[in-house]
Amino acid sequence: MAARTDTRIAPEQPPPSPRGVLGYRAGRERPAGGWELWTWLFMRISGIVLLFLAVGHVLIMHVGGEGVSRVNFAFVATRWSSPFWRTWDWALLSLALLHGINGLRVVVQDYVRPVAWRFAVNMLFYVVGFVLFVLGTVVVFTFAPSRWPGVAR
Amino acid sequence: MAKRKSDVGTLYKGSPGQWSWMAHRITGVAVILFLFAHVIDTAVVGWGPNAYNRVTAVYHNWVVRLLELGLVAAVLYHAINGVKIMILDFWPSTARHFKVLSILTSAVFVLSMVPIVWIMGRDILDLAFRWNL
Repeated sequence: MAARTDTRIAPEQPPPSPRGVLGYRAGRERPAGGWELWTWLFMRISGIVLLFLAVGHVLIMHVGGEGVSRVNFAFVATRWSSPFWRTWDWALLSLALLHGINGLRVVVQDYVRPVAWRFAVNMLFYVVGFVLFVLGTVVVFTFAPSRWPGVAR
Repeated sequence: MAKRKSDVGTLYKGSPGQWSWMAHRITGVAVILFLFAHVIDTAVVGWGPNAYNRVTAVYHNWVVRLLELGLVAAVLYHAINGVKIMILDFWPSTARHFKVLSILTSAVFVLSMVPIVWIMGRDILDLAFRWNL
C-alpha cells in the first residue's frame, strides 16, 4: 500500500531532454562507446584536418587569384605538375567523402525511420561515395597532360 | 498578460544551439551533395582539354557563380561552427559560455564573409550586368 501511494505522489519526472546533460545541442551527443564513438571521434579529427584542406582549397580556388574563371585544362595541368597539390587534392577527396558520407548517415538516422528504407538510402550513399572515391583517385594519380601535347606547357 | 518567454530559446522551445545545429546540418548536406557533382566534373580533366574546358565553361555563368558564393559560405560556416562544436565537446566546461561562443562563431563567419562577398560579388556583377566595380 505504501509503495503504491509513493508512486502516485512521486513528482513527475521531466521528459528526457533533447539537449543532453550539458544543456546545449551544438553537435551530436557523444556516443557511449563502440563503433559510434569511433565515428564521432573521426568526425572531429577529420574536421580539424578539413579545416585546413577544405577551407584552404575554397580560398585558393574560389576566392583568391581570379577565382574559378582561370580554371581550365591548362590550369589543372600546371597545378597537378606538383605532387604537393595532387596529394592535397587526394587527401581532400578522401577525407571530405568519408566525413560527408558519415554525416549523411547520421542525418539519415534521424529522418529515415523504416529499417529497410534506412538501409537502402545508406547503401546508395556508400556506393556513390565509393565509386567517386575510385574515380577521383584514378584521375588524380593517372592524369598526364603530355597525352595532349601543345595544350599545356 | 506578460509575454511568456521559453527558458530554452525562441524556436519551438528548441534548446540552445538549435539554430546553429540546423545550419550545420543544412550546410553539411549541401556541401556533400555539391561534392558528388564536383568529383565528377573534375574527373573529366582525365578525358582531355576539349571535354574539360567545356565543363568549366559552366562556371562562366553568373547564376552558377552565385551558387558558388553560397557554397563558399556553406563551407566556411560549417568549418567555423565545427570549431565551436569541438571546443564544447572537448572542453565541456566551456558550455557555461555557450552564448558567447555562439556570438563569436557568428561574428567570425560574418566578418570573413565580408571580403569574400566583395571579391566574388564583383565578378558576379561583371558577368551578370557588365558592371566593372
